[in-house]
Amino acid sequence: MALAEAGEQADTPTFSVRQLCAWFGDQRVLHGINLGIPRHEATAVIGPSGCGKSTFIRCLNRMHELVPAARVEGQVCLEGVDVYERGIDPVLLRRRVGMVFQKPNPFPSMSVRDNVLAGLRLTGSMPTGRGAREEQIVERALSQAALWDEVKDRLDDPGLGLSGGQQQRLCIARALAVSPDVLLMDEPCSALDPIASAKIEDLIHSLKQSYTIVVVTHSMQQAARVSDRTAFFLAGSLIEFDTTDRIFTSPKDSRTEDYITGKFG
Amino acid sequence: MRVDDAAPWFERMVELFLCGCALIAVGTTGGIALVLALETLAFFREVSPSQLLMDSQWTPLFAEKHFGLWPLLAGTCLTSAIALLVALPLGLLAAIYLSEFASPLVRRLLKPALELLAGIPAIVYGYFALVFVTPALQRVIPELAGFNSLGAGIVLGIMLIPMISSLSEDALFAVPNGLREGAYALGAGRLPTIFRVVLPSAMSGIAASVILAASRAVGETMIVSIAAGQQPRLTLDPRVPVETMTAYIVQVSLGDTPAGTLEYRSVFVVGAALFLITFALNALSCRFKRRFGGLA
Amino acid sequence: MHMQRTGVRFGERLFVGLCLLGVSLPLGLLLVLLGALVKAGMARLEGNFLLAYPSRHANLAGILPALVGSLWLISLTALLTLPVGVGAAIYLEEYQRRGRLARWVEINIANLAGVPSVVYGLLGLAVFVRQLGLGRSVLAGAATLALLVLPLVILSAREALRTVPQSLREACHALGATRWQAIGRVVLPMALPGILTGSILALSRAIGETAPLIVVGALTIVTFLPDGIHSPYTALPMQIFAWVSRPQQEFLANAAAGIVVLLTCMLLVNGIAIWLRQRLQVRAG
Repeated sequence: MALAEAGEQADTPTFSVRQLCAWFGDQRVLHGINLGIPRHEATAVIGPSGCGKSTFIRCLNRMHELVPAARVEGQVCLEGVDVYERGIDPVLLRRRVGMVFQKPNPFPSMSVRDNVLAGLRLTGSMPTGRGAREEQIVERALSQAALWDEVKDRLDDPGLGLSGGQQQRLCIARALAVSPDVLLMDEPCSALDPIASAKIEDLIHSLKQSYTIVVVTHSMQQAARVSDRTAFFLAGSLIEFDTTDRIFTSPKDSRTEDYITGKFG
Repeated sequence: MRVDDAAPWFERMVELFLCGCALIAVGTTGGIALVLALETLAFFREVSPSQLLMDSQWTPLFAEKHFGLWPLLAGTCLTSAIALLVALPLGLLAAIYLSEFASPLVRRLLKPALELLAGIPAIVYGYFALVFVTPALQRVIPELAGFNSLGAGIVLGIMLIPMISSLSEDALFAVPNGLREGAYALGAGRLPTIFRVVLPSAMSGIAASVILAASRAVGETMIVSIAAGQQPRLTLDPRVPVETMTAYIVQVSLGDTPAGTLEYRSVFVVGAALFLITFALNALSCRFKRRFGGLA
Repeated sequence: MHMQRTGVRFGERLFVGLCLLGVSLPLGLLLVLLGALVKAGMARLEGNFLLAYPSRHANLAGILPALVGSLWLISLTALLTLPVGVGAAIYLEEYQRRGRLARWVEINIANLAGVPSVVYGLLGLAVFVRQLGLGRSVLAGAATLALLVLPLVILSAREALRTVPQSLREACHALGATRWQAIGRVVLPMALPGILTGSILALSRAIGETAPLIVVGALTIVTFLPDGIHSPYTALPMQIFAWVSRPQQEFLANAAAGIVVLLTCMLLVNGIAIWLRQRLQVRAG
């Protein structure tokens, strides 16, 4: 399926995925995915449960291989460099490709401020000249995550004390603080109420100016609202990948159409 | 099962009997408290309670009697502290290994092996301390006395390793995997994730295990009776003989002390102090454990 | 920003090595010490040792009274603690699952499990030896040990009762059986393997207990075998303790041999418990 062309633009895509296959033990969950994720755009990944969308994005930042008996084959090129090449350190990769999870996971033993700075501290990349620099980083990350106004007086409170939606934005701020190139979001709104979800969706709109975003979502409406391009997965294969507009108004594949119109999934 | 087999008075009798069995458990606690309290009060009728805290010597068996509890407390604290210094790092390392690094096969082999350490009776450990550990230490520390708190403390620590490793491993295991994933997704390596995310989150469970081990160390009798000595001494020097609270109780019990005497009652006073200390430590450990249960 | 692996993750390997040290050091040490112990005791472990009485001459001393004493002690302890422990467990699990009394008892049992064994000895001394006038008899020792092991027996019996599915009890009640009929004829038989195993394991721990026995007056020098529940006695750990406390070196070899006998007994009892569990489970299932 040479649909990668649909995703490529004048400048090279951030992620070039070629023949990506993934296994859990003996069970193959991704079958030869070919795809190009454009830069500074929001790409949505949709499909029924079990279609492999979460596995797909976990292959992009090499989180899939953390599961025992997991295996990956194929190429995932981040700006020309295959991240699965021998000699590439997955830890360093993950500093360039951040991730936000379905269930917000702020570190319980840390305050809001410490959570934001956690990425830098854990990776040993805190810039020297602390103090004022730290405060700047915290404010910048929280502002980008549209959380600054709500927590600026509560920076020393425990991270777990925030509401669900705020915790998720805190996790986003934490991911942004390490200045990644890409932000992967695995169903970021599933555990949140509609108002909090709406805030996150607004956030995605503003973030894609500076970051490349890939969002996995089980809500087609959300994909339609938020993304520039959409990839439709089914049973571990990429069925269709096109601009969001075209996917939702005139899909080329009948399976895409069936899913969009709610015939299954 | 015929319905008319069931005589209601029989059922009631059975229930009362079973209830009685359960009450024996409660009765035991009451019994312990009562016995300790009664003898301690009788003791205080002859010796003022302040002496326990004011005097710096413990010589109830000599002609000139002193009743300062501090030497015994010092002996207990010294051996327990040394034991924890041994058990805590080794137990924690074992727990981290089992929880974060070991494959399921290795875990299945190592866990029962560690439990074996806990299953060996204390008297065997006491023999080890006296016959093997102290002489080995004497080669490195020549001034080490034959009875000392260092050898006893080290062996006591080894006995406590499974307690800390097993409970700490439970605490580490209970940390949700989502936290580890969050750290890895930020580009953190394994060690920073373990030390700055997983361990702090498991801290109250680990603290509970350490406090419980401390309680066990304080109450341990045979290792210290055999290897630490029977000379009450107010000291922090691990190379000299000391006497712990538990060893004192054993010392008096081995002799022929008639009931109702001051010496006899002194054993209960020490027992009461021991009971209070271990009770406080157990209660503290429980509070930490509950906090860890309510995480996230 | 490049992503090349800059070096082998050295720090991590070092740490894992350190962890393995934490695990293997105590285990290795234990193996070495046990080996040295067996070597020290081997010389004394002849048939004579098991059948002789203690003596002032180390190479003539034997462990017979201690062995028989332990046998008496554990048998009596089992007789005393098993009915009470299992009864209490049945009461807590079947009659009063959620009551306030049950909660009270649970807290007490948890507390009792953490009380030092020497304090149980003090309780036994005051209540059994003095108050009830049992003196320094096997019965007093057994009663003290019975209380010591009671929390463990209750705990393991409750675990075993919990493995019986609730649907079985409900089926009995639906047939019109009373509580005790359901328990006695269905629940208890099903839970019996687990109860037995747990109790035997608890008792095996009692075999090695020394401190409470010292306090309730088990003897260290005994030249006769117990002739009744009111008889004075000694036990394996007591004999070992007596030999270890002697200043003469020769007695240490006896102590080592005594420990080998003690550990063998404990292994045997544990083995019986596990074997029993296998046998009974196969038959039941």
